[in-house]
Amino acid sequence: MNEREPVTKPSVSQIGASAPSGATEATSASSKNPALLLENVSCWYGGFRAVREVSLAIPRNKVTALIGPSGCGKSTLLRSINRMNDLVPGFRMEGEIAFEGTSVHARATDVIDLRRRVGMVFQKPNPFPKSIFENVAFGLRLLGETTGIDALVEESLRAAALWDEVKDKLDQPGLSLSGGQQQRLCIARAIAIRPEVILMDEPCSALDPKSTLQIEELMRKLIRDYTIVIVTHNMQQAARASDYTVFLTMGDDRAGYVVEQGETGKIFTAPQQQLTADYVSGRFG
Amino acid sequence: MSSQTTTRRKVANALFGLLAFLAIFASLVTLVALLIDVVARGGSSVDLQFFTSAPSRIPAKAGILPALVGTLWVTTLVAIMTFPIGVAAAIYLEEYAGRGRWSRLLRINISNLAGVPSIVYGIFGLALFVRLLGLGRTVFAAALTLSLLILPVVIISSMEAIRAVPPSQREAAYALGATRWQMVRRALLPAAAPGILTGIVLAVGRAVGETAPLILIGAVTFVTFVPVNPFEDKYTVLPIQIFNWAGRPQAAFQEISAAAILVLLVLMFLLNLVAVILRARLSRTIQW
Ligand SMILES: Nc1ncnc2c1ncn2[C@@H]1O[C@H](COP(=O)(O)OP(=O)(O)O)[C@@H](O)[C@H]1O
Ligand SMILES: [Mg+2]
Repeated sequence: MNEREPVTKPSVSQIGASAPSGATEATSASSKNPALLLENVSCWYGGFRAVREVSLAIPRNKVTALIGPSGCGKSTLLRSINRMNDLVPGFRMEGEIAFEGTSVHARATDVIDLRRRVGMVFQKPNPFPKSIFENVAFGLRLLGETTGIDALVEESLRAAALWDEVKDKLDQPGLSLSGGQQQRLCIARAIAIRPEVILMDEPCSALDPKSTLQIEELMRKLIRDYTIVIVTHNMQQAARASDYTVFLTMGDDRAGYVVEQGETGKIFTAPQQQLTADYVSGRFG
Repeated sequence: MSSQTTTRRKVANALFGLLAFLAIFASLVTLVALLIDVVARGGSSVDLQFFTSAPSRIPAKAGILPALVGTLWVTTLVAIMTFPIGVAAAIYLEEYAGRGRWSRLLRINISNLAGVPSIVYGIFGLALFVRLLGLGRTVFAAALTLSLLILPVVIISSMEAIRAVPPSQREAAYALGATRWQMVRRALLPAAAPGILTGIVLAVGRAVGETAPLILIGAVTFVTFVPVNPFEDKYTVLPIQIFNWAGRPQAAFQEISAAAILVLLVLMFLLNLVAVILRARLSRTIQW
């Protein structure tokens, strides 16, 4: 769906080549050419370091789950990818995040363009106080699209498995939908502008179990066209819906770091680290 | 927890409830008494002739047409001028200015300006608009002065409306690749519109009732013609017409003064009603 020229910059191959062991482990078979590559990423809020030297590879067209105890920096890490943290005064990042080979923090990188290519779904559904139709059309209107909006809105709502429920009431307020429907509306809104990656920050934490399963099913379908990174504190969700799992925890200084990453099956059935084993079996966190 | 403290807490609770009720009761009674008095004294004078005539030395022939038109002129111009300036200033302060020392200073000053007595705005308007800029004793000078008077209120209420929009709305727009201006224009303003409009209508309502600054900048107390050109014509407004009639000894003038008060009250009531309706209609879809 996204036919963009692969950007190849010298710095990128360097990043790939010098990826530390943590990242190369995850870069097994299916992800020789990851959509996103994080290297030695550290994040600060003022003087407080929230994330310490995280390196990971996010494989294309897969679901990668970030799991770990509350406050270990999962959201911080996720929001650094599409630079939502730029909006937080005092936020600072070190290290490198490469998206399709280009550093997201490079001076030449346009943050607006980056956010169009890397969409985001938030913890609490946040539709605009507009009609269902206008919610989905929002990003298209930002792009100045005037033609074909109807078709794109329908296509996006179908892709978000919401079309059948709302096709007769597109002019009704998005906020009149149920929580689960609102979250799928937000997913439709995100995919309407055809991003390449969708970041989801605990998208089901405000939803009931049925809506949660619907969204998990949806994610499995969406990875045909998109790369998904999901933050979740729901162990079952990570186990059910993701292909790769990254387990983070925090040190004594409360800075989050990666303990272990790999294929979801392995992380849950044969973790290499005791911390991981304790966490996925529900013994802490 | 002893039963004694529980009882004391219950008594305190009941006492506060009673106090709150008395406060409401006192203000309502005053308002109703005022209304009854005004209607009783002036009600019979409000007829078509009262709306279509100019003031006259003969109370029975006197009317409020010039003052009513003057008030509508000033009100409309004030609304037109304060809306864009007030909203733009609020957007700047909330979304662009940051939280540094400079913007804090601006905020504090605007809050202070909102508390400056209106007569001071009259003195300023006289010096700047009437004399220095040579606008003279015109509707336009009055509208500019009253705009300055209510701008701080408009800015503060617009800022509050903008601040009341949840941060998640800003994030939603930014995450879709909105520029800051797109975020403001397409997410923030539509969501803040009910609050902003309500604030403006209420502030304009305040301008409608202002008297003191207009006396200073030369609203005339005896105008027998309707102002047509806001940049040229002499004018008067309802509160000044009321002030003028109320100061006369004859009972008949007192009566038409009460009648004019009634009209002014209805006008204010209508403005407030507009604010309430706007708010209800626009916020029907906005429930976070
Ligand atoms: N805007 C912020 N300002 C300051 N500290 C923050 C901010 N957001 C998060 N933090 C801190 O950073 C740490 C990581 O937070 P977060 O990324 O939200 O963790 P998680 O999503 O894993 O629960 C926490 O200690 C949190 O208090
Ligand atoms: Mg979080």
